[in-house]
Amino acid sequence: MAGPVLARAGEPWIDWDWVGRHLDDIEAATREHIELTVLAVGIGLAVSFPLGLLSARWRRWYAPVMWFSGLLYTIPSLALFVFFIPITGLSRTSALIGLVIYTLLILIRNLVAGLDAVPPDIKDAATGMGYGGAARLLRVELPLALPTIIAGVRIATVTTIGLVTITAYIGQGGLGQLIRQGLEQDFTSPLYIGSILSVALAVVADLLLLLVQRLATPWARARAA
Amino acid sequence: MRLTRARLLLAVVMSLLLVAAACGGDDSEEETGDATSTTAGDGGDEGDGEDKGSVVVGSTNFSEQEILAHMYAIVLEDAGYDVETKLKLGSREVVEPALEAGEIDLYPEYAATLLEFLNKGAGEASADVDETVDTLRPLAEEKGFTVLEPSEAQDQNAIVVLPETAEEHGLEAISDLEPVAGELVFGGPPECPERPFCLLGLEETYGLSFKEFRPLDAGGPLTREALENGTIDVGLFFSSFIPDPDWVLLEDDEGLQRSDNLIPAIRAEVLDDEIEELLNAVSAALDTDKLTELNLKVDQDREDPEDVARAFLEEEGLIEGG
Amino acid sequence: MNLFRDVIDFLTNGDNWSGTFGIPHRLAEHLSMSGLTILAALVIALPVGVALGHYGRGGVVAINVANVGRALPSYALLVIGLSVLGDVAQTAFIALVALAVPPIVTNSYVGLREVDPEVRDSARGMGMTGGQLLWRVELPMAMPLVMAGVRTASVQVVATATLAAVISWGGLGRYVVDGFYQQDYPEMIAGSVLVAMLAIATEVGLGALQRLVVSAGLREKGQAEILATAVSAGAAQQEAA
Repeated sequence: MAGPVLARAGEPWIDWDWVGRHLDDIEAATREHIELTVLAVGIGLAVSFPLGLLSARWRRWYAPVMWFSGLLYTIPSLALFVFFIPITGLSRTSALIGLVIYTLLILIRNLVAGLDAVPPDIKDAATGMGYGGAARLLRVELPLALPTIIAGVRIATVTTIGLVTITAYIGQGGLGQLIRQGLEQDFTSPLYIGSILSVALAVVADLLLLLVQRLATPWARARAA
Repeated sequence: MRLTRARLLLAVVMSLLLVAAACGGDDSEEETGDATSTTAGDGGDEGDGEDKGSVVVGSTNFSEQEILAHMYAIVLEDAGYDVETKLKLGSREVVEPALEAGEIDLYPEYAATLLEFLNKGAGEASADVDETVDTLRPLAEEKGFTVLEPSEAQDQNAIVVLPETAEEHGLEAISDLEPVAGELVFGGPPECPERPFCLLGLEETYGLSFKEFRPLDAGGPLTREALENGTIDVGLFFSSFIPDPDWVLLEDDEGLQRSDNLIPAIRAEVLDDEIEELLNAVSAALDTDKLTELNLKVDQDREDPEDVARAFLEEEGLIEGG
Repeated sequence: MNLFRDVIDFLTNGDNWSGTFGIPHRLAEHLSMSGLTILAALVIALPVGVALGHYGRGGVVAINVANVGRALPSYALLVIGLSVLGDVAQTAFIALVALAVPPIVTNSYVGLREVDPEVRDSARGMGMTGGQLLWRVELPMAMPLVMAGVRTASVQVVATATLAAVISWGGLGRYVVDGFYQQDYPEMIAGSVLVAMLAIATEVGLGALQRLVVSAGLREKGQAEILATAVSAGAAQQEAA
C-alpha cells in the first residue's frame, strides 16, 4: 500500500482554478456571513435601544447596564458561543445569541453618549416649543444623536464580521467555514480566500456605514467647517 | 429642513432593523452542519407516486468520510431518492447521537470502533469482521438503527513514528515502544485518551505510558506538522491515509486494532430493500487500496470529494455514467 | 440542573488540578502567554502611539488602526499564522501581539491628542521643552485613555489565547475545545466559565491598576473617558475620514 503525500510544498497560495470551481460555495459562504452579521446587529439594535433609552433617561440604570454588558463583552467569544450549545444546540441560534451579546456594549454606550451630547439649551428650546418627552426624544434628541449612534453601529458591525468567522467552529460561520477548511485540509486556498473576503467585507461595511453617518450629519460638517 | 431629513433617515434605518429583527426570529430552526449542506429536491416527504422517500446522509470530520458519504448520497439520488447531506458534523461523539436522534439517517462507520463505542469499551470487538458485526448489529438495533454488510475496505488507527525515531529506539512494532514510552510524546485527536483503539487501548493492551499526550486532530495537518517538527514523537494516523511514505507504521503485534471494516450505519425506519442493495453494492466495490487511492485524490490532488465519489461510482458501474 | 452539577464536579475533581491537563498548568500557560504578548505589544505600540500623539502626526493611520485591528478575524490570523510558521506557540504569540498593538496605538494617540491645547500652550509658555511637556503634562493627562487601551488589548489577548486552542495550543481554551470535540459538556462549560472568569479578572484587575496610576485630579476623566472613547471614536473618524 503506497503512502500518499500531502503536496503542501509546491501548492500556490491561492489556487485560482480551485476558486473558479468553488465560486458557488464561496458565494454561499459570503451570503451566510452577511446574513449573520445583519441579523446580529439588527437584533442588537432592537435590544440596545430600549436599554439605552432607559439608561439615558434614568441615570441610575446606566452604571449597572454598562457594567453588565461590559461583563458579557469581556467573555472570550469561543467560550460564549459554546456556552449555549447545551441549550440551543449546534444551531444558528446559539451563534446569534453570542453575536448579539457582543454588540450590546458598543451600541448602548454610543446611544447614551449620543443622547448625552445633545446640548441642554436645545432640549430646553424644544420643551419651550411645546414638545413633550417622547416627541422631543423622537424629533429632536435622536436625530441629533444619530451620528454617534451610527458610529456605534459601524464599530459593532466590523466587530461582528470578525466574530462570525469564529462561529465556524460550532458549525455556522459563513466565510469562517473556508478558514476552517483550510485548517482541516492543510489547504491555503480556502484559507486565504475566506480571510481576504471577510476583511474586505468589514472594510466595505465600514465605508458604507461611514457614508450613512456622513449623510446623517450635514450640520455637523457645516459647523466644523 | 435638515432635521426632517435626519428624521426620515432615522425612520428608514429603524424600520429596516425591525424587519431584520423580525426575520431573525424565523431563522432559529435547528441547522446543524456547515455551508456545504445541500438538498436535492425538497428533502421532505411529498407523498406523490414517484417519491421514494428522503434520506439524510451525514459524516464525521475527515475527507474519507466525506467521499463515502457522497458515494451513498449519489447512488441513492441516482435511484430516485430525495437526498440531503449534512457533512462534517463533528466526531463520532456528535454524529452517532445525531443518527439516533434522527437528525441524520445514514453515515459511514467502521465496525470494530463503532462496536466499542456502543458497548462503552467492553472489548468485544475482534479481528474477525463477521464476529464483530454479529455482536454489533443487535446493539445498534437497540438504538433504532442497523448496520449493513461490511466492506473489505478497512481503515484503522495507525501508530506512526519518524524513521529517525524508529532507528534511535529500534522500533518496528508497537510493543517495542514499551521501554521508551516514558520519554516520548504522543499526539492524536482530542478524544484519543477515551478511545479503546487509541490511547486507552495502548495503555491497557501494550502497557504504554507516554510522557505526554498532545490533543491535535484526527490524523490531519496538525498531527502531521507536530510529528514533522518534533513536537510529538509518536502520532496517530489512519491506515488509509499516511501523509509521508517514509514514515514508519508500527506493527500492531498485540492485535489492538480490530476489524475496522467500512460499514454503513442506517436508521431502521429509513431502510428498505432497495437502499440496502445499493449501499451493499458500494461496500462490495471498495477495498483498502481503492479507498487509499480515493483519499489521495482528495487530499493530495485537491479534487472535490463529490467528484471523486461520482467518478468512482461511474467506473464501477454503480450509477449510469455521464 | 444536571449540567450545572456536572460542571461543578469537573471543577472540584482533584484529577483536574494536577498534571499537564490540570487547571493550574493550563492557567499558567494562558497567563504567561498573555503576559508576554502584552509586554511585547506595549514595547511596540506605546512608543508609536505616544510619538504620533505628541507630534500630532499620522492621525488618520493612528485612529483607524484600531478599526483595522478589529476587522482582522483572529481565527483567520491564527490559522494563517500556523500555515506560515508551522509552530503553534510561535503562531499564538505573533497573532496575539498583532491583535494587541492596534488598541494601544489608537488609545495612546487619542489620549495625547485630547490634552487641552491651552494646557500645552501654557506649558510651553512656562519654558518646558518638548520632552518635559511629554513626560510631565501629556502622559499623565493621557493616562486614562492609555490604560483603557491596555485594558482592551489585554482582554483581547486573553480571549484570543482561548481561541488558540483550536489550532492545538494549550491554555484554558483546551477545555472548551476538547470538551466540544468529545461532546463532554461539563468539561466544555467548565472551560467556558474558567476562561470568562480569567477575562473578567483581567478587566477588573487592570481597572484597579488604572485607578492607582491615574492621579487624583484626573480621576474625573474616568467618567468622561467612557464618553470620550465613544464620542472621540465617532467624532475623530469624522474628522479624519
